[in-house]
Amino acid sequence: MCVAIPLEVVETKDNLAKVSIGKTLREVRLDLMDEVKVGDFILVHAGFAIEKLDKEEAEKTLSLFKEVVDEIY
Amino acid sequence: MKYIDEFRKKEPFKAILSKIKSLPPQTISLMEVCGTHTVSISKSGIRNLLPPNIRLISGPGCPVCVTSLEDVDRVIMLAAEGKIHSRYIIATFGDMMRVPGSHSSLLKEKAKGADIRVVYSPVDALSLARENPDKEVIFFAVGFETTSPTFAATILQAMKEGLDNFSIISNNKLIPPAMEALLNDENITIDGFICPGHVSAIIGTTPYQKIVTHYQRGCVISGFEPLDIIFSIYLLMHQKYSGTPKVEIEYSRVVRQEGNPKALKVLNQVYELSDAQWRGLGTIPKSGLGLKDECALYDATRKFDLPQPEVSEPQGCRCGEVLKGMTSPTECPLFATHCTPSTPVGACMVSSEGTCAAYYKYER
Amino acid sequence: MEKHILLAHGNGGILTSQLIENCFFPYFQDPLLTQLNDQAIIELDGYRIAFTTDSFVVDPLFFPGGDIGRLAVCGTVNDLAVGGATPLYLSIGFIIEENFTIEELKKIASSISTAAEEARIRIVTADTKVVEKGACDKVFINTSGIGIVKKGIDFSGHNAREGDKILLSGDIGDHGIAILSSREDIGFETSIKSDCAPLNLLVNDLLPHAHYIHSMRDLTRGGLATILNEIAIQSNRSITIYEDHIPLKEEVRGMCELLGLDPLYLANEGKLVAFVHSGSAEEILSLMKKNPLGKNARIIGEVVREPSKKVTMETQVGGSRLIEMLVGEELPRIC
Repeated sequence: MCVAIPLEVVETKDNLAKVSIGKTLREVRLDLMDEVKVGDFILVHAGFAIEKLDKEEAEKTLSLFKEVVDEIY
Repeated sequence: MKYIDEFRKKEPFKAILSKIKSLPPQTISLMEVCGTHTVSISKSGIRNLLPPNIRLISGPGCPVCVTSLEDVDRVIMLAAEGKIHSRYIIATFGDMMRVPGSHSSLLKEKAKGADIRVVYSPVDALSLARENPDKEVIFFAVGFETTSPTFAATILQAMKEGLDNFSIISNNKLIPPAMEALLNDENITIDGFICPGHVSAIIGTTPYQKIVTHYQRGCVISGFEPLDIIFSIYLLMHQKYSGTPKVEIEYSRVVRQEGNPKALKVLNQVYELSDAQWRGLGTIPKSGLGLKDECALYDATRKFDLPQPEVSEPQGCRCGEVLKGMTSPTECPLFATHCTPSTPVGACMVSSEGTCAAYYKYER
Repeated sequence: MEKHILLAHGNGGILTSQLIENCFFPYFQDPLLTQLNDQAIIELDGYRIAFTTDSFVVDPLFFPGGDIGRLAVCGTVNDLAVGGATPLYLSIGFIIEENFTIEELKKIASSISTAAEEARIRIVTADTKVVEKGACDKVFINTSGIGIVKKGIDFSGHNAREGDKILLSGDIGDHGIAILSSREDIGFETSIKSDCAPLNLLVNDLLPHAHYIHSMRDLTRGGLATILNEIAIQSNRSITIYEDHIPLKEEVRGMCELLGLDPLYLANEGKLVAFVHSGSAEEILSLMKKNPLGKNARIIGEVVREPSKKVTMETQVGGSRLIEMLVGEELPRIC
């Protein structure tokens, strides 16, 4: 019920951000967000940003996975 | 794609699967509540890779599937009425178009000439309202906590602009009450929950505490990529074996303990708790959202005299049991015989996230 | 069976098949027609003549990378080309809505002319009808195409054999996304253009190896998934493909992830699949890649022994999923 993917912000203006998928751009509303900056990755659902992706946490999770790989192999 | 591809890699997946297989082979039933998880699991073929002692049950987290037949019929009747006087534009997400009502569907009504528009975002419906000032745009608002704030924000925008030809029929529902309702049903065995990642991004961890403290079941908030899901399964099994149920966030790159406070604030400005009718689960108290009095102008149920449908449940349909995880799609006698995606009997088959549709499409 | 026609009956998927079977086959039983190939191959006076027909009702008429005119030429040429025919002659019939602008009609005509030259095909007969406003949506185009098939060439869907490798000529989904993005209600600005192209220019390079090519089809509505299922059914075989072998542009992938679409079901207008003898697969692949229309070609799977006529895909993480025929419209979803 929650199709949303992390997309990179390339532009912000007032209550709107432009996110890019390669050269494709979509305008996204920021009504549900506090601060959003260019370079942030935001989760876009039904035309709205619903959360910002925490890049540090993403790396932590990937390291956890890597630990399992190292343990098994 | 960044932050997606890294979570789809084969090597870590196999490693985590190995780790799962090395745990004692106790039977465990885990429910993935969210329909998007069901689709992700089916699409990546995870179910068949798990050892046989782990049972994955698909839950009622498909907002299309749990919209009651009466609510579906009501919008279909509205669309049919709208065709006669040409004053309505019904806006809807693509997900609802093919859901069979008692006698018809939105897709069929569209084929007959009703003005029904598929939109990607509620704000697109606002554009429709601006572009068609002589018509009423009525949005069939279906969704859980991920989507409800987007409707709330849209209504606030409509209020700001003073738009008077836009309203919604709220069929917005909440996930944690449904989880509790399932646990109260003694016919259902659930040892732990794979919790919806994006719903949780909005609501945080607090709404799941009762599941842990009162019902002693583990909750892992999971992302949607195959690595997220397989790791969440591992975490749940670990919780079960160590006897320590808790709320854990696997999807930490998106979900915070406190959720999204701003989204919750916007939601609370517009919506209040209400009882809701869930297809297959019956009425669950305080499991839905209705518009507050201050927003009555945008509530189609108060603005218009909405039709009262006479519901006719399809014979033999076991969507209700499937939604509760009591029956697997393959156990329903209509599955893949009378009930197929092109001739769906119940919502579970027609919704792209419906359990039966996922099984039919990806797993036969 | 439905009582009324739905839009989905025209989308090339399962409902289209049902429509053909229930509504038309009872009355059209010519053995050439019932083979259900994209073209009929007629033996006439020692020649093998390929004959095909198609209609074009695309909306919008003009989209990134093409228009209805280019689509009409390429679509017809491609139906002939994947039958192994050298496309020679085309007919064009226009049905035009009252009040359509002459300027736009000229644009379409010009596009047809350019595409025909590119495809090296002659337009030798044509027709025009005008209907009242509302009786059709701006312009509809119907075509017929004729070509000649040399001896020894038989790319019918029935011929796929166990062990055959499946070659896909390039990135899928471009046309579907180009069309979707030019519909205003979706609100995306994209650089994706339709892949609409005359595939005879690619197939020509492969003809010297025709002996090793068992089946060939061009992808259109209903996408890769539908074509693979059609061939599985026609040839009574099963197919396995590999998710990480499927060529896909990043942007198309992103749009699909965002809108909840499956690229296997998106429309294409300049791609083909070829089922080839496994020993010749690498060689034919490298011929494809040398051609501009095949530069992203890949081997995506193979025909397997399993008698169930199913198409399955090995997923990125090593699981297995079924690939069905397209059912209804591929609608964007948020759930």
